[in-house]
Amino acid sequence: MPIKSMAEFAASGETPEILFWVGCAGSFDQRAQRITKAFAQILDKVGIKFAILGKEEMCTGDPARRAGNEFLFQMMAYNNIHTLNGYGIQKVVTICPHCFNIFKNEYPALGGTYEVMHHTTFLQQLINDGKVKLKDGGAFKGKKITYHDSCYLGRGNGIYEAPREVLQAFDTELVEMKRCRSNGMCCGAGGAQMFKEEEAGTTRVNFDRAEQAMETGATIIASNCPFCMTMLTDGVKNKEKEDSVKVLDIAEMVALSL
Amino acid sequence: MHVAQQILFIITAIAAIYMFTKKVTAMRRNIMLGRKEDLSDNKGQRWKNMTLLALGQKKMFKKPIPALLHLAVYAGFIIINAEILEIFLDGILGVHRLFAPVLGGLYAVLIGFFEVLAVLVLVSCLIFLVRRNILKVRRLNMPELKGWPREDANLILITEVILMSLFLIMNTADQTLQGQPGAEHYIVTVPFWVTHHFKSAFSGMSVSSLIGIERTCWWLHIIGVFFFLNYLPYSKHFHIILAFPNAYYSKLIPQGEASNMPEIQNEVLYMMEPDKAPAAIGAEPEHKRFGAKDVTDLSWKNLLDAYSCTECGRCTDACPANMTGKKLSPRKIMMDTRDRLEEVGKNIDINKEFKDDGKSLLNDYITVEELRACTTCQACVEACPVTIDPLSIIMQLRRNLVMEDSNAPQEWNLMFGNIENNMAPWKFSPDDRDAWTQDVA
Repeated sequence: MPIKSMAEFAASGETPEILFWVGCAGSFDQRAQRITKAFAQILDKVGIKFAILGKEEMCTGDPARRAGNEFLFQMMAYNNIHTLNGYGIQKVVTICPHCFNIFKNEYPALGGTYEVMHHTTFLQQLINDGKVKLKDGGAFKGKKITYHDSCYLGRGNGIYEAPREVLQAFDTELVEMKRCRSNGMCCGAGGAQMFKEEEAGTTRVNFDRAEQAMETGATIIASNCPFCMTMLTDGVKNKEKEDSVKVLDIAEMVALSL
Repeated sequence: MHVAQQILFIITAIAAIYMFTKKVTAMRRNIMLGRKEDLSDNKGQRWKNMTLLALGQKKMFKKPIPALLHLAVYAGFIIINAEILEIFLDGILGVHRLFAPVLGGLYAVLIGFFEVLAVLVLVSCLIFLVRRNILKVRRLNMPELKGWPREDANLILITEVILMSLFLIMNTADQTLQGQPGAEHYIVTVPFWVTHHFKSAFSGMSVSSLIGIERTCWWLHIIGVFFFLNYLPYSKHFHIILAFPNAYYSKLIPQGEASNMPEIQNEVLYMMEPDKAPAAIGAEPEHKRFGAKDVTDLSWKNLLDAYSCTECGRCTDACPANMTGKKLSPRKIMMDTRDRLEEVGKNIDINKEFKDDGKSLLNDYITVEELRACTTCQACVEACPVTIDPLSIIMQLRRNLVMEDSNAPQEWNLMFGNIENNMAPWKFSPDDRDAWTQDVA
């Protein structure tokens, strides 16, 4: 399936409906690439004309800013906003809640104002509009699923229901963890923790969180963030449960059910 | 006798109010040592927040049992304080139960209602003492509470138990005295709901000893109230006042949004587009530290947060770093900020202006290890019933560490380098960013 970049769209004088902001994890991390591909497949199947920035995309600067390196963040922001404004981008959809938060809340003050959506909200709308129909109640019939709220989608931006509504479209049982929604627990990756060893403690944040997810008895842990994906997958492996418990992004679950 | 009591009361009242005002003025000055931050927008939303969060205690109800107990103490404290107005006027005018004849039947209903509340406060405070000291609720028994913070909490609860007991004993003695010859000063009221049942406890006592008990309780109660008033600003308990302005000035933007640094935004802009840089004719802006190293680098709202914190520990209880044994505790961040601010304030009191004491909030109070453990998940911000934002302080200290001290773990320096050179936090070639498009089914 050919995927066109913004440069290609511009060269042919066409305008895409949305810009799919892939993000660094979605572009480079092998596991997260599967989320990217799944989302691209859904867009293609539904017939939405979308572009990516391709080689022109850069890190939003989120990990730099959260680590305290404001200078680097501002550099990345400047370059990205320059590129996006240059193409006259209006609508951005991203599979990463960190990128989503930056676009929604932090770029506007720097001159980058776009309509931005996280892919789970976008998928919820596609389902509600009848554009996405899950085959026979989806590929996970009768399975027990638990949903992990990422911090930057949930607490950070108050989006708790859209991803759950997508999951309710499946013919499955959705069970909540004790800590969910606004009280949800972090996977341990945020605030640039993804890129360094944890401080000394009694356990790792992701081990704790993955255990909470497995305690629900769910065989699928649904996530909405490529970083949560890594952390929770490691947490499941730590308990040697990777054969019986799968961590899947909501986009992957939808793509498997089309 | 009455005149002597009146004079004594007026002197005590003036002294108490003077000392309280002096301390609060100093606290206000300390808060104003923070950087400017304009929070005068959206008055409608702010009033709403104050009503829901401070007056209505909305967030407290995430934990229903402590919320109900706290509601009893809070409602009791505020409503019973209406009675303080009468006690105060009685004290000044040398009269007894000034409002009784004016309010008639309503008076007994009011006092009866106060008595019920007093009992609720008393019981709730006893349960709080049990939770803290016997049940040892986890968030109320963490390392940062060792020593003074724990004593502070117990002292507040014990004071409230004593004050409520005095109030109830006073009313019981008063009820017993009513109508007795030699106690004409004690005007006869309709029986009070609670204390009237306990009159038998004082049966057989002489009028003079009953008056003695009533007066002692009256004086101890009002002195206790004055003591409490002056204790408040030195204690975590000042939240009963600051919860209101703090809720009013709470963050209205999404929790996920980090504050912008326009000075750095401009620096990058001038670097990329030099023609936009202002002509440098002595117009160099005053050098402001990047991020925060000490309390005076924080915004006044961060400092108001610190004084508003009552050390309940809901933030730390929700913190993923703390739960997994890391040193970070958002509550400690707030306590440290307050302690350092008080230290800076005292320094100014003594030296007229701040004299460098070689200390700072960063390093001397809050360590790098604590700051590094934060995942910026905002669980602490979400958990705080009075909308304190520990994350804001953590972020500003992190900014100072990285931008002023170049203090970052090696892995972060590598990540910074990768972002700068490869436009991604990992060491991949930017040319491969769209490599995934090659094999999409």
